[in-house]
Amino acid sequence: MLKADVPDLTKSDLLGFYRQMKLIREFERESERQYTRGNIKGFLHVYNGEEAIAVGAINTLRPDDYIVTHYRDHGQALARGMSSNEVMAELMGKATGCSRGKGGSMHLFSSKLNFMGGYAIVGGQLCIAAGIGLAIQYREADQVVLCFFGDGAVNEGEFHEAMNLAAIWQLPVIFFCEHNLYGMGASSKETLVMWDSLHEMAAAYGMSRYEVDGNDVLEVRALMQKINAEVRAGKGPAFVVARTYRLRGHSVADPANYRAEDEVRYWTGQDPIPRFRDWLTDEGIATVEDFDEIDAGVDEEIVVAAEFGESSPWPQPEDLYYGVYTDRPTEGIPV
Amino acid sequence: MSVMTYRDAVASALREALDQDERVFLMGEDIGPYGGAFAVTKGFTEQYGKKRIKDSPLAESVIVGAGVGAAMAGLRPVVELMTINFSLLAMDQIVNHAAKIRYMSGGQFSIPLMIRTVTGGGASVGATHSSSFEGWYASVPGLTVVTPSTPRDVIGLFRSCRELNDPVLFVEHILLYGTRGEAPDNSDFRVPIGRADVRREGTDITLCGYSRMALIAEQAAEILAREGIDADVIDLRTLRPLDMETVFASVKKTHRALMVEETTRLGGFAGELAAQIQEETFDYLDAPVGRVAGAEVPMPYSFPLEQLAIPNAQTVANAARKIVNKL
Repeated sequence: MLKADVPDLTKSDLLGFYRQMKLIREFERESERQYTRGNIKGFLHVYNGEEAIAVGAINTLRPDDYIVTHYRDHGQALARGMSSNEVMAELMGKATGCSRGKGGSMHLFSSKLNFMGGYAIVGGQLCIAAGIGLAIQYREADQVVLCFFGDGAVNEGEFHEAMNLAAIWQLPVIFFCEHNLYGMGASSKETLVMWDSLHEMAAAYGMSRYEVDGNDVLEVRALMQKINAEVRAGKGPAFVVARTYRLRGHSVADPANYRAEDEVRYWTGQDPIPRFRDWLTDEGIATVEDFDEIDAGVDEEIVVAAEFGESSPWPQPEDLYYGVYTDRPTEGIPV
Repeated sequence: MSVMTYRDAVASALREALDQDERVFLMGEDIGPYGGAFAVTKGFTEQYGKKRIKDSPLAESVIVGAGVGAAMAGLRPVVELMTINFSLLAMDQIVNHAAKIRYMSGGQFSIPLMIRTVTGGGASVGATHSSSFEGWYASVPGLTVVTPSTPRDVIGLFRSCRELNDPVLFVEHILLYGTRGEAPDNSDFRVPIGRADVRREGTDITLCGYSRMALIAEQAAEILAREGIDADVIDLRTLRPLDMETVFASVKKTHRALMVEETTRLGGFAGELAAQIQEETFDYLDAPVGRVAGAEVPMPYSFPLEQLAIPNAQTVANAARKIVNKL
């Protein structure tokens, strides 16, 4: 792709994409550090290597569109505009987190951003996305739902249930598969019969289907602009497969030593951030000084986020019972 | 008051919801032109159209999951799982999503979703279609589980459930659809959620059940009355939240208690009731809290065997008699 292929994007837009990708990467590095220090507990699934997808796809949405995603959700949350402060605080279980510390890393939510949640039962979120699509159709609105999941989710029965329902009712849902070649530690080559032509699975549902280089932010964006327009126009759901790679293990507890060295080397060479930086340089759009300035700003934001998370208060004991039901507390009720 | 069947009570509650609230739509297997597996939604498609009466694929997980998503996006879906046996295929969506999203989003998203389903044995439909799993769901924080036993309670509880902003499992009983009873004409009538019903007042023993077993307990009380044993009969009506205060008050009066339920004893809901009764009213009890439950078997198809597997008025009366005679 050349600069001339994206005439609608200004230098500021393009550097904005770079900054978001860089922010996600540095956020994840910091979250790994905080995990090692014991400030983040439980599971932590980082997004390193897949940043071009969240940034390329989410930047094509309108504010009133919806996002539903999986448990590797920090990148999508940040790309949607959630602050690094509230995401970091959530990872640390603090009251200032985007889900008040109740959700954790895998369950980021923001009602004001129509960020409908990170879901950690693989495949379940596709059904929820179908339902949001149904609500849009019911209200005769022109929003879309962007639903992220990994290649592992394709093997769940809910993939079929949701794809079929969305297709038969022509719901405005974009099913977006981040095909990173692994479902936890299992290679998709050994678990998913259609692993090398995954987008073709949507043919069985008569659905529009696309494959894209998930490590190229401008390719992802260009494809998503086209798909959004079609889905928004009522042409039914679409299926997108973005080929990408997890540069880290499944979670930070996973050294990922089941992967071949040459495979890791190949994909490290496809890292979306240096690729985009090189492109911006080669096209004469940005200079070293531009990048240095952005990188410094990102570093500062991450330091602030970590401090915000660490200095934020824990939820109070009475918060334990807040939010189970809308209009009634559970405390004191012998249920 | 007018007399109607339990089936008509459900249908009338659904019609009322559709008439009063544009955000309400129904979704489920064969609820459209077929009219519902138990003929509850007969004529609905003709009256309300396909937009609001959605015949779904046979796909329980997406029936509930799409209900969750639509509720998050501002609608008030009423989805139907043909029987509670099939709810196992949707259990992830019910337990992990419908029940938990509000809490794990820090209260940002409510799920005003009603899940109607059908429980119970005794219809000669075999082991995979005769279970009573509602007690399992009652163990899930975030869910509200209601089990009406009469047309009156169907209407009153349905209205109350519609006024919640949270997911409800509305559990109807397979053998009750044809039963008749008085139903309120007053549109303000409600049955509060979390309030048990004292169906019969007595002083000798408390019989406590829900759904069809509350009616069986009442029949047992009539047998006992002829023998001079005067039973209090309590219909719990909702399992979560659970109104134990009414049960405690009764036990403090009668000093004896027998729990009646359709599902198996081990891990059943009656065990929870018995535990709470002994915790709160131990000093009032003149005998151990008893339980009558279903046989520890998958439901047999053969009619005489199936009858043996489900509590009936006689087995309940026999168990009550033993407790009362234990001084």
